[in-house]
This record gives sequence, structure tokens and C-alpha cells, in this order.
Amino acid sequence: MTVDKAKIARQFIQTIPHSKALGMEITALGDGMAEITMPYDERFIGDPKTGVIHGGAVSALMDTCGGAAVMSHPDAPAGTATIDLRIDYMRAATPGQAITARAEVYHITRSVAFVRATACDDDTDRPVATATGAFTVEGR
Amino acid sequence: MARKAPEPVQIVKQRRDAALNALVGGVPYINFMGISFDRRGDELTGVLSFEDKLIGNPILPAIHGGVTAAFLEVTAVISLSWAYIWEDFESGTLDVEALAAGNLPRLPKTIDFTVDYLRSGLPRDAYARATITRAGRRYASVQAEAWQDNKDRPFAQATAHFLMPRPDQSSDQSGD
Repeated sequence: MTVDKAKIARQFIQTIPHSKALGMEITALGDGMAEITMPYDERFIGDPKTGVIHGGAVSALMDTCGGAAVMSHPDAPAGTATIDLRIDYMRAATPGQAITARAEVYHITRSVAFVRATACDDDTDRPVATATGAFTVEGR
Repeated sequence: MARKAPEPVQIVKQRRDAALNALVGGVPYINFMGISFDRRGDELTGVLSFEDKLIGNPILPAIHGGVTAAFLEVTAVISLSWAYIWEDFESGTLDVEALAAGNLPRLPKTIDFTVDYLRSGLPRDAYARATITRAGRRYASVQAEAWQDNKDRPFAQATAHFLMPRPDQSSDQSGD
């Protein structure tokens, strides 16, 4: 991936209003791989009794990260859209800790990119959630 | 055998609306997303009020795929919890005032969640309904569908599995 493409992809992702609203930040991007972190925020709590972040916020993180990975792939010329996304929730994220998702394109065709992603909090040995998804490859 | 007189309509509505408000209003993320619920008897419809912060593709523009997924997940969890507590607050086993005071039942936990994106979400309000296809003691299967202009043309659908709270788990349970 050229420096320009990485820059364009990064700029595009940083202009997504919903990703900004969730405080997402790209920590790594390039060649079909993306890493995005989302800080802990009390507004994202899904279970008021435990303070655990709502699964929906984790879904948004996984979706953004998957899309970013596709856009950063050298064989994906332009934008992308999610076709489907499956998320497995392994455990509750620890309240107070940021969640970091890492997504990779493990196969890409002319029209579809297949993506795997993992989300972790500070305990990186035990993922909070994993996801698999199919994304469109647009612009060719 | 004398039949019990039906409850006055305001009492019934007040109780059900209070139970729903307690269930939905207690979750910060639902407020953050601007999701509310319409109720007709026991039927719930999730309403996602459009805001700029829900956009995922500013060029089209379109609603963020994560927002769509979250909206379906919120609708599924609330519909499932609602069905789970319905009998209890209707019969009075579950005190609605205690619910409103924040003494909420444990929520079901998502095991997995699959969303199909059928069309792009337009920058306007969206609606969703969930169907509980199986409600077991430990596991439940739920399907949900979201639409905007035409109910017959959903823009996303989801299938999810949930782990149900144990009945003996009272309010002071912590962690998972």
C-alpha cells in the first residue's frame, strides 16, 4: 500500500461522524489490516448494574475496523460496504478499559473481501469478542 | 362465580409504560443512540431518531453499519427482556415501582449476533421489530428486522442468540 492510499484511507475514516462520536482512533493501518481503539465512556454502558459497554458499541467498532482493513487493502480500489457481520461475544469487557479491535482481510476477490476481527481490552490474552464479515469491493 | 372487574385503562397503561420506561431508560447507550420504543399492547417497535452523529458514510450519506447493528441488537435485547418480565409485572410478582426506582432485572447476554445489510441506511428515522423464535430457560433465539420507508423493504436483518439471566440472580450480582 502506498503512503498516499494509507493517508487517504486514514483521513476518510477519521471523517466518519459515528466513529468520531464513539471516540475511535486508528492505531495501525495498512495492507488489509487495521487496528482501532475505542475509549471507555459511561455513555456507552449497556448494563447499568455492571458498567459493561453495550454490545452495539463493540459492533460499531468491529464494523469500522473491518471496513478500514478493506479500504487499506492494495487490491481494493475505493470504498466498501458491509454485506454481513457476525460477532461472537466471549466475555464482558472490563469496565473502565478501552477496547481495541484488530481486523484483517484474509481473502479478497474482485467483488468481495473476507474479514476477521478480534476485540480485546487490557487483557489481550482473552478476547472480548471476535467477528467475521464479508465486505463489498467497490470501484472497479 | 363472580368475574373480576377489568382494571381501569389508565392503570394498565401506566403500569406497562412505567415498566418499559424503566427497562429502556436505565441503559445509557440506548439514550446515547437516541433509540426509543413504541408500545402497542405487548408489541414493541424500536425507533431510531436520525442524527448526524449516526452517519457512517458522509459521501452518500448513509447510516453507519455499526449503528444499524446496534439498533437491531438493542431492539432484540429489549424485546427479549420485555417478554421475559411481562408476566411478572402484569401479575404483580414484579413491582413496577421497584423497577422504576432502578431495581431492574438482569439483562440477557448476547452470545452471538449476525447482521445482514440489505440496502444502505438512509439519513432518516428507522424502525425495528424483533421476533423471539425460541425462548428457553437458558438460551433464546431472536430475529430482528429494520426498515425506513417501507416495512416490506427492510434495510437490515439480524439473527441473535442470548444467554438468559438465571431467575435466582438478584440485583447484587456483579461481573459475569
